[in-house]
Amino acid sequence: MQKIVGYADRLSVGPGETVRFMVSTDRPRPFAARMVRVINGDANPAGPGVKLEHRPSAIEGRYEGRPQPIAAGSHMRVPHHPRQTPERGLTVAAMLWPTLPVLPDGETRRQAVIGQWSEAERRGWLLEVDETGRLRFKVGDGRTVYSVTAPSPLTERRWVLAAGIHDPAAGTITVVQRALDPYVAAQGPGETAIDGVAAIAPAAVDLMVAARPDGSGAADHYDGKIDSPILLAAALDPDALDGLFRRPLAPATAAQVVACWDFSIDIPGITAYDVGPHQMHGALHNLPARAMKGWNWTGECHDWTRKPEHYGAIHFHADDFYDAGWEPAFAWTVPDDWPSGAYACHLAVGDAEDGSEEDLVPVFVRAGKKPVPGRERPKVAFLVPTAAYMAYANDHNHLLDTSAEMVINRLLVMQPSDLFIQEHPEYGLSLYDSHRDGSGVCYSSYLRPVLNMRPRYAGWLGAYGSGLWQYNADTHLLDWLEAQGIPFDVVTDEDLHRDGVEAIAPYRVVLSGTHPEYHSTRMWDAMMAWQSRGGRLMYLGANGWYWRIAFHRDLPGVIEVRRAEDGIRCWAAEPGEYYHSFTGEYGGLWRRQDRPPNVVTGVGFTAQGFDWCSYYRRTPASRDPRAAFIFEGVEEEIIGNFGLIGNGAAGLELDRADMRLGTPPHALVLASSEGHSDIYLVVTEEVNVTTPDITGSQSPLCRADLTFYETPSGGAVFSTGSIAWCGSLSHNGYDNNVSRITANVLRRFMDETPFTMPR
Amino acid sequence: MPYKISQWDRQWIDEMRQNPLGPHSPNLQRVLNTLRAGPAKGRYVLVTRKPFAEWVLAVHQGYGKPFRILEDQVFTDRAEAEWHVFKLRWKAHTGEDIN
Repeated sequence: MQKIVGYADRLSVGPGETVRFMVSTDRPRPFAARMVRVINGDANPAGPGVKLEHRPSAIEGRYEGRPQPIAAGSHMRVPHHPRQTPERGLTVAAMLWPTLPVLPDGETRRQAVIGQWSEAERRGWLLEVDETGRLRFKVGDGRTVYSVTAPSPLTERRWVLAAGIHDPAAGTITVVQRALDPYVAAQGPGETAIDGVAAIAPAAVDLMVAARPDGSGAADHYDGKIDSPILLAAALDPDALDGLFRRPLAPATAAQVVACWDFSIDIPGITAYDVGPHQMHGALHNLPARAMKGWNWTGECHDWTRKPEHYGAIHFHADDFYDAGWEPAFAWTVPDDWPSGAYACHLAVGDAEDGSEEDLVPVFVRAGKKPVPGRERPKVAFLVPTAAYMAYANDHNHLLDTSAEMVINRLLVMQPSDLFIQEHPEYGLSLYDSHRDGSGVCYSSYLRPVLNMRPRYAGWLGAYGSGLWQYNADTHLLDWLEAQGIPFDVVTDEDLHRDGVEAIAPYRVVLSGTHPEYHSTRMWDAMMAWQSRGGRLMYLGANGWYWRIAFHRDLPGVIEVRRAEDGIRCWAAEPGEYYHSFTGEYGGLWRRQDRPPNVVTGVGFTAQGFDWCSYYRRTPASRDPRAAFIFEGVEEEIIGNFGLIGNGAAGLELDRADMRLGTPPHALVLASSEGHSDIYLVVTEEVNVTTPDITGSQSPLCRADLTFYETPSGGAVFSTGSIAWCGSLSHNGYDNNVSRITANVLRRFMDETPFTMPR
Repeated sequence: MPYKISQWDRQWIDEMRQNPLGPHSPNLQRVLNTLRAGPAKGRYVLVTRKPFAEWVLAVHQGYGKPFRILEDQVFTDRAEAEWHVFKLRWKAHTGEDIN
């Protein structure tokens, strides 16, 4: 298992800028750090091998390491105030939609819903879900804990009015668990009370929602939605509780309000606003899901920006995560004379053969405004798909999903870092995972060790052979560029989002990664604007420009996706929750925004399979004079029947040309793949009616189309339609038809001579 | 309803023996899908001992728990590991040994 892990506080850093590195070791002990340039991360002995070029730097040296924990779990924290424990009577209420009232496999836990409670001192009050899934209200006088529990467990994914009432005059506490669903409500009484309860001794702690204070941290996290939590300085009659969820509140009720939080205010932010008299706003930690439909959602409006009052719920998860927040080990300021490129901070406590005593933390150095002395600005930029890396960050499908082995048609193989992630769920999930309560993960950040975004890492999805996926698969392209002696800069997705078209304007050619799947609106628009100015895109992958994402307004390093409508999805967004909380934009596939990927690249996602890869067969269009430069020196009919990824250049995920979806009418489909196994299946957005012929050996849609077209502004687009393409570049000492075609296209694309559209 | 492996399926065993890494015939693939169905907990996986050279069989023990490493079941060939696990699962499903 991994003995040392780290992360950087940014993925993209420019000359003169500073990046901080955070490190954790399995026990207090020294570690070594140095910078390396990443050329090739594939350890497969059948290929060129790992190439990491040592670059002496100011951070090189030995440091003292120590374990640094991660505290996952979202919650809301309101700074302590004495009025949060009213003395003459207290009512606390909220609408709940519990999603994991009882853990599977006999595990038990408590889930704090709302309270100002000190567990150690037995002071304060707390509304919680007990070990058996029942709502419990408890108060403490500093010696004794008085608690009252609802008679029946909460029902998963059913709204319930939950309340706790302390009546000091009567010496009673009451718990109210009133289901809104009439079938659930019919199963038991809605309230239970006990007497003989003493006065509450206030706890000198923060008021918290969805967790309770635990020192400076949080414990007993809650899984589920909470809507409209309210605290009153009076012991209300249980019959009056329904009125707490009507707006405006009755004047007599409003006069008793201590705090009344409205989660529908500023949904993109991380503040929970108290609309009561004292403005005791809460801070939301670890990014609970917002823009969640509330207890009063009717379906009349699916867009929270138009009817926020129906989106007053926040979905908290015990495994939500945003920022590890570790102490930095050191900081590195990028020297002006470092060329743009892929680098990594190499951390080591040893050199064990399985790689468990090292970590490689990636950073991408952007080009500065001023050129590096002695180096012309390259014509080529590699657009690093960091948004896709973030989407897959610490993917758990091979650890938690039931169908992962069937998807790849072979045994799952675990690396030391997989064993680490398996034992450390607190390191956070990917956008491909579901929370433990079964709801989809819609936010992912890189402010944590992302152990599948590493040189040397072989992913579970990456086909037989090298088994690379995303970051490490993209090093096949870096290695080939190095072997070809073609200088290039790197631009990350975040740079493109932040700077728009200016991020890529200096470059004649942009190379995509193998799997550039996630794009914000600004990224998409920037790419189209650049193409309209004559930019030339080489799309060396597949399943690109597929999902719309959003970056956060205030927080760095995090993206959002909503798995709306359809598409290849590991989870599906709930009805009414298709709009991004970060921006209010409608989420889901770009294709469902009437922007199919074919508009950008000429091809779009059509099929996927993860066992073996295949080859392309040339079409008559490959003999078109317009394509002559592409096939110069290539006589073969079959292209790419070799490679480190699944033994073929066409595989994993496949894109095809389709004029109905926006492929330009003059596009040349130069070659198409064939011979895919029946593990390959047509993507779901192409399947309206399920038929038995959607497999690789039967469906004409299971193919990659090698596609080329000129743009009206003198530019051009070349697309491989296959994630596996770059895995074939190094075959036979880089002398093969995949390498030759790629080089032919790249050199012509670097040539300033405009392309001409056919007439 | 999930497929139920029967005596009739024994005829695909030789195909698996000869080509554990596939692609497989539709009938063998159906058997493999059946054997591979089920929860993550209890699933056999390989753990890398030496990248691209040596793996050890392990069993998933549940959410957040370490894999149980089967130290005596080490492989230097992925095909050999696939065949081995096929035999283990066949036995678990049918009660029969594959020679």
